[in-house]
Amino acid sequence: MARVTASVYTSHVPAIGAAIDAGKTGEPYWQKVFAGYDFSKQWLKDEKPDVIFLVFNDHATAFSLDLIPTFAIGTAAEYTPADEGWGPRPVPKVIGHPKLAAHIAQSVIQDDFDLTIVNKMDVDHGLTVPLSLMCGQPQAWPCPVIPFAVNVVQYPAPSGRRCYMLGQAIGRAIASYEEPLKVQIWGTGGMSHQLQGPRAGLINKEWDNAFLDRLIADPEGLSKMPHIDYVREAGSEGIELVMWLIARGAMSDVAGGAKPTVKHRFYHVPASNTAVGHLILENN
Amino acid sequence: MSLDKPYKDVPGTTIFDAEMSRLGYHLNQFCMSLMKADNRARFKANERAYLDEWPMTEEQKQAVLDRDLNRCISLGGNIYFLAKIGATDGKSFQQMAGSMTGMSEEEYRNMMIGGGRSIEGNRSLGEKK
Repeated sequence: MARVTASVYTSHVPAIGAAIDAGKTGEPYWQKVFAGYDFSKQWLKDEKPDVIFLVFNDHATAFSLDLIPTFAIGTAAEYTPADEGWGPRPVPKVIGHPKLAAHIAQSVIQDDFDLTIVNKMDVDHGLTVPLSLMCGQPQAWPCPVIPFAVNVVQYPAPSGRRCYMLGQAIGRAIASYEEPLKVQIWGTGGMSHQLQGPRAGLINKEWDNAFLDRLIADPEGLSKMPHIDYVREAGSEGIELVMWLIARGAMSDVAGGAKPTVKHRFYHVPASNTAVGHLILENN
Repeated sequence: MSLDKPYKDVPGTTIFDAEMSRLGYHLNQFCMSLMKADNRARFKANERAYLDEWPMTEEQKQAVLDRDLNRCISLGGNIYFLAKIGATDGKSFQQMAGSMTGMSEEEYRNMMIGGGRSIEGNRSLGEKK
């Protein structure tokens, strides 16, 4: 049977992608960001997942205001990196895993989560920046990826509680898939940042680090945090962090298994307007 | 019962909720059209004429022409959509975000390098002295 082997959490700041694509990773400003991912790149090579289930949000790229799905699972064979207005990122196309994605969609919908199913979607920096951070600049991404898009653009995003429970349903869906695949689930976005209005540039290190602590040790309690706390304490765009609870909900300990091992933890301010947080948890 | 909107008292912040989305639908869809290179070229060639193709309010059109992002947001614009205007102008996200704060580009960049805007005094209108 398939199993979730680990979860990865990371910010997906577009300027990080731009820095990689422009060859600026060695500049002092960016070195401090990328140094936090040296361990992770090697770890991912050693782990060799068969599939990555990647939770991200679209930033008015594939979804305009014409269609705003709260949860959308990609079941396509492949996804093209999007032109977000600066031209498409020069990164490999993303190969999907339609068979596992379709299985997860059917299982999760029967488990009371009403997903939107997407068979055609360009993917923006929300999906490709985490891959770049974890894989560098390969000719092809190391394995198939199932994109899972969450609406955090138009308020309200789904609650942290809903995301955490959805993660549990995704964990059950993966565990019921017959092929013995090693699946990683990634939660992306955050950490504290605000991109709009006179309060733009807000960063809350203390809150971010408490979020990381609780994500590791008390995801159940953390999942009950209301939206307003994210907005107030971590900025209007900090609400992206609810997506991390989907990945956390899929881990074994939530379903009664052993506690995960913290393989890596990193925090840095700033990348452009944003606090960068990163965590790797391995199932035991 | 009316909707609970506790985020109304967060200073310097407009939450893009269903109400704002309704007000800003055409403004944001105009921004979305700038994802296509030929639309960007047409917009740059004659901004006013391009904006007049959209059923936006005059206030919204003027806010776009002025590149007044705070005004755009107050009229229903969302920053991820408005970012397409910045991309058309060749501006980075940091330049766009900074332009809304009343700080110079350099001041804003230095604030971020220094750890960002502090949360203290910025949680709610009541807290702000």
